[in-house]
Amino acid sequence: MIEMQDVWKEYPNGTQALNGISVQIQKGEFVYVVGPSGAGKSTFIKLMYREVRPTRGHIFVNGFNIERLKDHKIPLLRRSIGVVFQDFKLLPKLTAAENVAFALEVIGLSHKQIRKRVREVLSQVGLEDKMDMLPSQLSGGEQQRVAVARSLANNPAVIIADEPTGNLDPDTSWGIMRLFQHINDRGTTIVMATHNREIVNSMRRRVIAIENGVIVRDEEKGYYGYDE
Amino acid sequence: MMSRIFRHLREGIKNVIRNGWMSFASMSAVIVTLAVLGFSLILTFNVAQMSTDVTSQLEFSAFLNVNATQQTGSAIAAQIKALPGVESVQVISKNEGLAQMKKELGSEMGDVLNAFKQNPLPIQLVVKPADPHQIDRIARQVEEIQGVATVRDPHQLAAAIFRTLAIVRDVGVVFVVALLITSMFLISNTIRITIFSRRREIEIMKLVGATNWFIRWPFIVEGMLIGLVGAVVPVLVLVYGYRSLYIRAKGVFSGLAFPLVQAGDLGVKLAVILLAIGLFIGLWGGVMSVRRFLRV
Ligand SMILES: Nc1ncnc2c1ncn2[C@@H]1O[C@H](COP(=O)(O)OP(=O)(O)OP(=O)(O)O)[C@@H](O)[C@H]1O
Ligand SMILES: [Mg+2]
Repeated sequence: MIEMQDVWKEYPNGTQALNGISVQIQKGEFVYVVGPSGAGKSTFIKLMYREVRPTRGHIFVNGFNIERLKDHKIPLLRRSIGVVFQDFKLLPKLTAAENVAFALEVIGLSHKQIRKRVREVLSQVGLEDKMDMLPSQLSGGEQQRVAVARSLANNPAVIIADEPTGNLDPDTSWGIMRLFQHINDRGTTIVMATHNREIVNSMRRRVIAIENGVIVRDEEKGYYGYDE
Repeated sequence: MMSRIFRHLREGIKNVIRNGWMSFASMSAVIVTLAVLGFSLILTFNVAQMSTDVTSQLEFSAFLNVNATQQTGSAIAAQIKALPGVESVQVISKNEGLAQMKKELGSEMGDVLNAFKQNPLPIQLVVKPADPHQIDRIARQVEEIQGVATVRDPHQLAAAIFRTLAIVRDVGVVFVVALLITSMFLISNTIRITIFSRRREIEIMKLVGATNWFIRWPFIVEGMLIGLVGAVVPVLVLVYGYRSLYIRAKGVFSGLAFPLVQAGDLGVKLAVILLAIGLFIGLWGGVMSVRRFLRV
């Protein structure tokens, strides 16, 4: 499903973000990516949807060979991946439903298909009754639910999330985590970079710890593992 | 497919409206550019028509005094014919002249001539030199002959008009090139600003897997719309303006040696050329800004 073989990344300014990462993630897994700030978690995640290109190594995602992927095929890769970010990335002038619809519209679905699917995913994240609200009228947790709904809209095989609870208070974060749990139960692979110790330690899943651009730990049902 | 085209059009129109003032500024630049270009084209077309006219017109006309009789006319014609280098002299009687003028003016205007009790036209002698280069000398000699009122030399008149128009046209071309570049630059800058104001949408489109062309099209449409609207305005103004001028000029200078290019023909040509160029600079501005400022 996702495989990296000896992947290195050096940014143009000379920063060595990743130094030989090898990892395999199977279909249906739920993986936390943890590590100190600047360790390379976001870089690791961005490689998967080809936001950044590796300097060296091989990456396979959903059957796409990332290093060989032609630029015009990148959209196809991205349609097979849902992405969720700390800052939600919603369009402020569009309602919840329109934000989700936007993602489907730009990949060319028909209006009929879009309307049906928007309703489905918004009810899946529990926001059916707030469909017509603008992001500014929603709480942080609700906004993140909209973003999750959007990432689900195209039925991706994988959802990649970079600190999805980073801007949320603990209670709200739990709500979002339960949502990801649900999504994972339905068979969607989830890769999530996080600094949330409590969640990692109580919702026990596979933990990949990155430090200075290398994987220092990779455990099934692992712990967060960094002391405050 | 159709719904996608509509979407690009809709988004392109949105771009133009959202970025209203900049769009307006670029459109104005296109309007000025194409107005100058269109004006130069009108001159060029007319000059071109004149040159073909002139080469076939290596002859000149002498007009006798209005009260000269047909006999006097024949006598003077014989006198001119006797001059060295004259190939032929054709006598156009007062009646022939009137009939010809009526024909030139068309039925409506021609009726005005019926108001005259007497034929107001002088006898006209059309003189054709054997050697076109001798035309000036012969014209001067004919002018000296008793009974000749005026000599009109279309060749010289044309040459003077040519020179002036050619200068106007050349200056126009330089202007137009400079203005075209300015317009393209303005359009591409306008679109750059739109791209900047829509960067969040663009970012999300990329994340969810919109194709590059899907992201680009609205901006290219924006450029084409600016170019097109910028072309429609000068087309309307120039075509209408030329038409009025054409209709009027025909009435006043009935005997003008060089007829203007037909208003209808010129209008169609002008519209096609200006719209095509407007569309092209809009397209070019769009493609340039998309290539330079839209990292997809
Ligand atoms: N675009 C970039 N250009 C240059 N250097 C970068 C770029 N992005 C990240 N880096 C550097 O690469 C290293 C890894 O960054 P990355 O964002 O992957 O860390 P992270 O583990 O996600 O950190 P955090 O927990 O703070 O989000 C850091 O030293 C960072 O400064
Ligand atoms: Mg990060």
